[in-house]
Amino acid sequence: MLTKRIIPCLDIKEGRTVKGVNFEQIRDAGDPVELATIYANEGADELVFLDITATNERRKTLSELVNKIAHHINIPFTVGGGISSIEDVQFLLKNGADKISINTSAFKNPILIDQLAMEFGTQCVVLAIDTKQESDGNWYVYLNGGRVKTNTLCIDWAKEAVGRGAGEILLTSMNNDGTKKGFALDITHQLSTQLSVPVIASGGAGTMQDFADVFNTAKADAALAASIFHFKEIAVPSLKQFLLNKGIPIRI
Amino acid sequence: MKTVIIQYNAGNIQSVLFALERIGVEAIVTDDEEQILQADKVIFPGVGEASTAMQYLKQRKLDQLIIQLKQPVLGICLGMQLMCKFSEENNTQCLGIFDEQVAKFKPVEEQLKIPQIGWNNIYDLQSNLFKGIENNAYCYFVHGYFATKGKHTIASTDYGIAYSSALHKDNFYGVQFHPEKSALVGEQILKNFIEL
Repeated sequence: MLTKRIIPCLDIKEGRTVKGVNFEQIRDAGDPVELATIYANEGADELVFLDITATNERRKTLSELVNKIAHHINIPFTVGGGISSIEDVQFLLKNGADKISINTSAFKNPILIDQLAMEFGTQCVVLAIDTKQESDGNWYVYLNGGRVKTNTLCIDWAKEAVGRGAGEILLTSMNNDGTKKGFALDITHQLSTQLSVPVIASGGAGTMQDFADVFNTAKADAALAASIFHFKEIAVPSLKQFLLNKGIPIRI
Repeated sequence: MKTVIIQYNAGNIQSVLFALERIGVEAIVTDDEEQILQADKVIFPGVGEASTAMQYLKQRKLDQLIIQLKQPVLGICLGMQLMCKFSEENNTQCLGIFDEQVAKFKPVEEQLKIPQIGWNNIYDLQSNLFKGIENNAYCYFVHGYFATKGKHTIASTDYGIAYSSALHKDNFYGVQFHPEKSALVGEQILKNFIEL
């Protein structure tokens, strides 16, 4: 039986792991290759690396890191952050990334999704969406790491992206991210049940029960978290055992 | 021991190379006929679309080369599908090593996402390729098309339907999952192939 995936996410800045709370206040959480190897050995199903470096050396630093990660870990991993062209993607895949994730660049230039899907296959195109529920009750797409609001509904953009060839959706709720109060169940459920591709829920994980809820109630295919894993508040093996005991299909 | 990975327009060549490195196997990536013929083990990787891949192989006459290989050959993912007779993916005539056909997953129930992405069990393991691998072990899959079950099936997996997650005929082996991304289970299967 296909299992639900647990995905630790590593935010990378200049080659180191960091995690922001509500997209700000960065704390150092260690060496990415070391952390990645630990997660892989502990039974993480996949890993995501989001690069937030904004220097000219970016592509070089990141591709070196990706190459090192690919040598060391034996599970799939996705790389995202600042990817805006076919060349960027070629560089990362050539260095051993399995998938790439795109966000703002895809929203501003949606044809990029078609091009990447055509060139590399839909299986390696993950569309990341940062979304926020406004006072009108609707979930809107935000860009540039959550700094820029758009008037597009999250569900509309997700559907369009899947139509263009996005193979997975990585959905981050800005209302929940960093709060440790649980995933955004309603918008995750909407996307999981209305899209034909897998949905990775992100933002808000605080307890093991939060993961059970996002799989059982919101029907997510995978759940992503960062700080609770980095700061050892929840260990991957005990989380997976907990979920398995709840009857959720999990790889042990 | 010389291990060759066939170079063509497939997406996962680098990952296969790195995985072999992790188990201490040096491999070369090439599309040179002589090098491939002389190898002790040949790996035929694959991520992508069937008709484009077949066209690429034909242009370089790699299709003729692969079917006449006598040493152990391991097709991975699309590589395995291309070793079958026919794929529904753009109605492609494939290499015809295995009689099994490649069909598209149909969403039999609402929750079935296509492609299948993630970890699933392999069971009814019937080959030395799976030496030391437990029944129902988890492997990593990414695919929208599957090989039907048939006389060459040596492992099965369920996703809406029971299908062939591995095939074997003579010196030819194929796995639908990605051993290069399937943690320790995958590394053991790659080791087993190298030791065949």
